[in-house]
Amino acid sequence: MDDPLKRAMAPRKNVRSVLLVALALVVLAVLPQLADMFEQPALVSLATRIIILAIAAASLNLALGYCGLVSFGHAAWYGVGGYVVGILYNHYVSGDPLFGLPLGTDQMLITLPVAILVSGLFAAVFGALSLRTSGVQFIMITLAFAQMIFFFFVALKAYGGDDGLIVRRRNSLPLIDTRDGATFYWICLVIAIAWFALLRRIVASRFGAVLAGVRQSERRMAAIGISTYRYKLAVFVISGMGAGLAGALMANHARFVSPDMLHWTQSGEFMIMVILGGAGTLLGPAAGAAVLILLESQLAAFTEHWQVILGPLLVLMILFTRGGLSGLWKLLRGGSNG
Amino acid sequence: MSLLMEQALNGVQLGVTLFLLAAGLTLIFGIMGVINLAHGSLYMIGAYAMAAVAAKTGSFLLAFPAGLAAAGIAGVLMEYLVVRRLYARDHLDQVLATFGLILFFNQLTTILFGRQPLFVEIPDFLEGSVMIGGIVRYPVYRLAMIAVGLATAIGLYVLIARTRLGMLIRAGATNREMVRALGVDIRLLYTLLFGVGAMLAGLAGVMAGPILSVQVGMGEQVLILTFVVVVIGGIGSVRGAFIGALAVGMVDTMLRAYLPGVLRQLMAGPDADALAAGLSAMGVYMLMAIVLLVKPQGLAPAHG
Repeated sequence: MDDPLKRAMAPRKNVRSVLLVALALVVLAVLPQLADMFEQPALVSLATRIIILAIAAASLNLALGYCGLVSFGHAAWYGVGGYVVGILYNHYVSGDPLFGLPLGTDQMLITLPVAILVSGLFAAVFGALSLRTSGVQFIMITLAFAQMIFFFFVALKAYGGDDGLIVRRRNSLPLIDTRDGATFYWICLVIAIAWFALLRRIVASRFGAVLAGVRQSERRMAAIGISTYRYKLAVFVISGMGAGLAGALMANHARFVSPDMLHWTQSGEFMIMVILGGAGTLLGPAAGAAVLILLESQLAAFTEHWQVILGPLLVLMILFTRGGLSGLWKLLRGGSNG
Repeated sequence: MSLLMEQALNGVQLGVTLFLLAAGLTLIFGIMGVINLAHGSLYMIGAYAMAAVAAKTGSFLLAFPAGLAAAGIAGVLMEYLVVRRLYARDHLDQVLATFGLILFFNQLTTILFGRQPLFVEIPDFLEGSVMIGGIVRYPVYRLAMIAVGLATAIGLYVLIARTRLGMLIRAGATNREMVRALGVDIRLLYTLLFGVGAMLAGLAGVMAGPILSVQVGMGEQVLILTFVVVVIGGIGSVRGAFIGALAVGMVDTMLRAYLPGVLRQLMAGPDADALAAGLSAMGVYMLMAIVLLVKPQGLAPAHG
């Protein structure tokens, strides 16, 4: 390891942050027991929701934070993932063939990979079109395509249309009872940890370095001789797959899918989570998801019209803190936030 | 034939409404580099102010300017308090901050007016319909909408191409630093332009009030269509906005009018209607996809 380049490239080991992450993991692992101890049964369900949304936000962050692709349509891939679970379950219960084959299933080991694949496929098709543009056009186009997919599911009367689909029982796993809230929480936690570990590897890889290069200057990357379109499409698809995974888990958690999952405000919320936590950081989106969901549930308990408070809070956050929560932290400590 | 004619007029009417919104959005983006999601909120504010004044006074002639003024004032305030601080930021910050504004405006409107949609009567002097060319009877109000929309388009063209203000606007779109360096008060110009864009959005809302139900969320529906228009036309180009708006208005109206009939030949009635509704809602996005495949910069790009 005497290669100076390698030494420079090696991530700085920060003992404090490693300890912090380890502590957070321990707390998360025993959260159901803690919830029992403090008699807060709703906490486990809330935490499951946060973990699932953290997966989606982290996936968006891969495209948005690391590669600079501001996708305003990630709710589409999230919703497609959810619908895969819903539709497969629907066929499993009714026994009706899907595409002429008996494909219905309620096995999570099948539904999750299928959801990931299908949402990746959707993201590949629409990403290939959207990535022909950049900047503001890209924002508008991802929004418009997501809206198109939204209308598609609204019109899909065979699967509930506007009303959505009920998934009466969670998908099952061999030997594990997924119907138990705490068990399902742990399943989501394990999947989330695996997903974040994968994201960490991606970001640290050569591929990740190209992504960062594209964010900083696409023209420079093109000049070096890198075909940026392929990299952008690849990261868009991976990011869509992560959102699909989150959607599939959410369909299991809420036991319900509807076009609301694909609504454009959901895309907006994913973006807020990413920015709130800090774009281009590995764990930021998870923190952003936690803060946003907790804030929403607190405000909603306080007033029915919580958005009238959340909206201006959001505006203030964007205007006065750069880099979300960490920016706020700096601001509060009186440091400069350049 | 008369149905086709009527649908074509409906398409033009939707088109001019979209143009009023798209012109403001594309100008604001072209000159100030700001993407304003809350543009649809200004449309909603115009419609609500008009509906409220019309309900109080019963006079359309009072309600009309009230809607315009409300949207204009809201726009100037929005620029002064929030958007002004976003010029130097990247698009992501602009999207999120204006997304926050939408949440605020929608919820505030719900608090003030409730969730029930408001209905506005068509004013007496625009009631009824006229025969056009001996082929089709068409409501006077919709004709008036088309006339106002086209007049505004011409007015906007004159403003941009023939006046000193328009010259500054064009100069600002080409190189805003240079305009500033030449001693033009660019802040004032921006606020003014934002106000004009807001009033155009308000005008669209005011005119749509009597033919649509005025409700929370009306702004976002039309906003996303407006985005499609702007992307199809080419961002920053008013001419492109006009072309795009008419294309989107026409495609959307025609699909909604004729697709159910076509599909009913192929399948059972209710299924056909549901599928047709979905497909026609998706139609404009497909149009956008096709335009992008052929011309990624839009049909009439602003520069070059």
